Amino acid sequence: MSMGANTNIIIAGVGGQGTVLASKLVARAAMDAGLRVRTSETIGMAQRGGSVVSHVRVSEAPIASPLMAPGMADLLIGFEPGEAVRSLAFLRPGGTIVTNAQPVAPVAVSPTSAAYSGPAMLERLDGCGARLAVIDGAAICAEIGSLKVLNVALLGAAAGLGALGFSLDQFETAIRESVRERFVDMNLRALHAGARSASA
Amino acid sequence: MGNEAIALGAIAAGVGVVTGYPGTPSSEILPTVAQRNPGRIHVEWSTNEKVALEVAAGAAYAGARTLVTMKQVGLNVASDPLMSLAYVGVKGGMVIVVADDPGPISSQTEQDTRTFGLFSKLPVFDPASPEEAYAMIGDAFALSERYGTPVLFRPTTRVCHGNAPVEVGDLSAPPAPDGFVKDPKWVIFPRLAYQSHLRIEQRLQQIADEFSDYRFNALSGSGRIGIATQGISSAYVADALAALGDSIPEHRRLRVATPHPFPRRLALAFLEGLDQVLVVEELDPVIERELLRLAGECHLPVTVLGKGSGHVQQAGENSVDSVTRALAGFLGLEVEPAADCSAGAGESAEPPVRPPVLCAGCPHRASFLAVKEAMRKRKAVFGGDIGCYTLGNAKPLDMVDTCLCMGASVTVAQGLHVVEPEAVHFAFIGDSTFFHTGIPGVINAVYNQTPIVLVVLDNSTTAMTGLQPHPGTGETMMGAVAQQIDIATVLRGLGVRHVESCDPLQHDAAKAAVLRAVEATAEGVSALIFEAPCIHVASTGPSYVINEDACKCQLCITRLGCPAISQVDAKMRIDDDLCYGCDLCAQMCPFDAIERVEPTEGKA
Repeated sequence: MSMGANTNIIIAGVGGQGTVLASKLVARAAMDAGLRVRTSETIGMAQRGGSVVSHVRVSEAPIASPLMAPGMADLLIGFEPGEAVRSLAFLRPGGTIVTNAQPVAPVAVSPTSAAYSGPAMLERLDGCGARLAVIDGAAICAEIGSLKVLNVALLGAAAGLGALGFSLDQFETAIRESVRERFVDMNLRALHAGARSASA
Repeated sequence: MGNEAIALGAIAAGVGVVTGYPGTPSSEILPTVAQRNPGRIHVEWSTNEKVALEVAAGAAYAGARTLVTMKQVGLNVASDPLMSLAYVGVKGGMVIVVADDPGPISSQTEQDTRTFGLFSKLPVFDPASPEEAYAMIGDAFALSERYGTPVLFRPTTRVCHGNAPVEVGDLSAPPAPDGFVKDPKWVIFPRLAYQSHLRIEQRLQQIADEFSDYRFNALSGSGRIGIATQGISSAYVADALAALGDSIPEHRRLRVATPHPFPRRLALAFLEGLDQVLVVEELDPVIERELLRLAGECHLPVTVLGKGSGHVQQAGENSVDSVTRALAGFLGLEVEPAADCSAGAGESAEPPVRPPVLCAGCPHRASFLAVKEAMRKRKAVFGGDIGCYTLGNAKPLDMVDTCLCMGASVTVAQGLHVVEPEAVHFAFIGDSTFFHTGIPGVINAVYNQTPIVLVVLDNSTTAMTGLQPHPGTGETMMGAVAQQIDIATVLRGLGVRHVESCDPLQHDAAKAAVLRAVEATAEGVSALIFEAPCIHVASTGPSYVINEDACKCQLCITRLGCPAISQVDAKMRIDDDLCYGCDLCAQMCPFDAIERVEPTEGKA
């Protein structure tokens, strides 16, 4: 497990789920820790419900490319099981997957077109040779009372597992620095709820 | 973000006037300037890129440092003033940031602004990272002023939307424009153009020489093989070489940060003594062509490989992976693909195809549906345009038959009508696109008596690029409240006789309005303005549930394509988290099975 100073993270989800803030928070934590960081976001048409992927690279040494090659990621954060599967090629063997359990169905255009099974995706994640943590994002969001905290809950889970290279305290600081004041408390609660659910 | 770095770099360089039109991946530059405006900078979203460039040109004539921002296809719109401005020149430094989009990820073309630099005879800067973009923008302003020429600055998507820590300097530098001084040089005439052309060729030689010593053009290494690269591809090359490790033979590397005018002296120093060169770049083979030309001109016994030889892909975005393979092919190395987690148990279970779609509650869906239902038995062609509503092409709506470029829905419909007058020709255009380049097309239809049906999808924002204001919204980037320009009044002023506004989310009324607009084409161009705000600027409505006992037909899925409606265990279901409460499905359901839930409290 690559820890601390050198961590490559793929954040995969569906446009609108809040992946951009997640990578921003990791970048903020890295900067606060005096580390180098490069990220790359999907911004544009795909933000309207398409597949979005962020690459986040944290290192003590200079980083060349913001994008990773296959097999380079230590951690894959899936906001949705199918999108986690789509990005599996980035994850190195023995890496960690933290994924939300609930699938987001693609738009149905006919009654049969949306045959998409979340459990089949989770099964595939389970059998891919990585350490897997499945998070009940819906339950955490319900507990906190907002759908917008899925991103922070997943980060909390990854941090709780020690897969992010940053402590929960470091993330608390990053959240205070990056999130509008009235949303800080909500996000801090989501962070810890995520961490608890990963260790449960 | 790279775009923020460009904005801050421009502020640090003392920019006084910033204009532009939104377009992915350039859209965040101008709002960042507005947000960090020390108070002395005029920032505006202009109606289109041509307008933006011309406003900036005037300011630069008067000595202000000016920044213009757009995406690559925006430069096509601005190309008329651009070509001439190269001849007339500027006094205050002018940097035109044109963001290219290899892939393309969010664009109509994979055109290369470096090639536009060659065509327009303007210097081009090509940054490789956010940090470099921040530093380079100041160099670009200085060069622009030194030679009195506009300068192109072209980051690509991975630089624009890449993030890295950037050390930001003093942002309070005051601009000191000394004002407009009348001079015949500001008036372009054939004789002046001839003289300017001579001067341009001369200054390009000087700049090329200066660029050979430019700090971000880098030559390193030794050996008889070479690798030449640019922009983000140079980062991919660095990672690829690291991955190939010890098997890499001794080699020379050239990174070209100023592709035009080409740093000839530096490139010759690179080529001298080489047997083979691989050029790794995105979009056009700009560096490759220049190296081939130099090799030919100087009779150098060197083979230049790249896109032309098939070593590097001709279209699409490069990646660390694609560059690793290209380098391995070039060097005759075998690469073992890195082990990853994509193989393994359950490999046959593939994630679903997930194209972008109109949001749940998007009023465009309602507008398309009203027209579709009204035209069910008529021969009609649906012309689309650039914006979120291009996504109306997806099934089940399937309401975009053509899409070419900004404003072309209005004009392509006219050409179609001339050849096929028996069909009804619709032109769907968004509010921002209407102001951008839609209006001349409407004038053309009125003037030439071509009876199209113009459908303006007015959602009170520029949605696709991130909710920027426009002339119809009554907000500016200076924070001032401006007069709203009313689209209906504009259309009437242009001579459109039938102009009707309605709410597309009132389905039956909207359908009736469509039929009236079609009927009115007997008298000429008719216009229907569908007014309903984008869900990203409107508040959420009530919740809806499907009454399973009444639900019988699946029409909500087969007609609407709403992300909030899906079938779970053979039953239709509305996902309350996604539903915006637009009520369209409830109106469409023939069995009244979709019921409104009176809210107990507002949704998150």
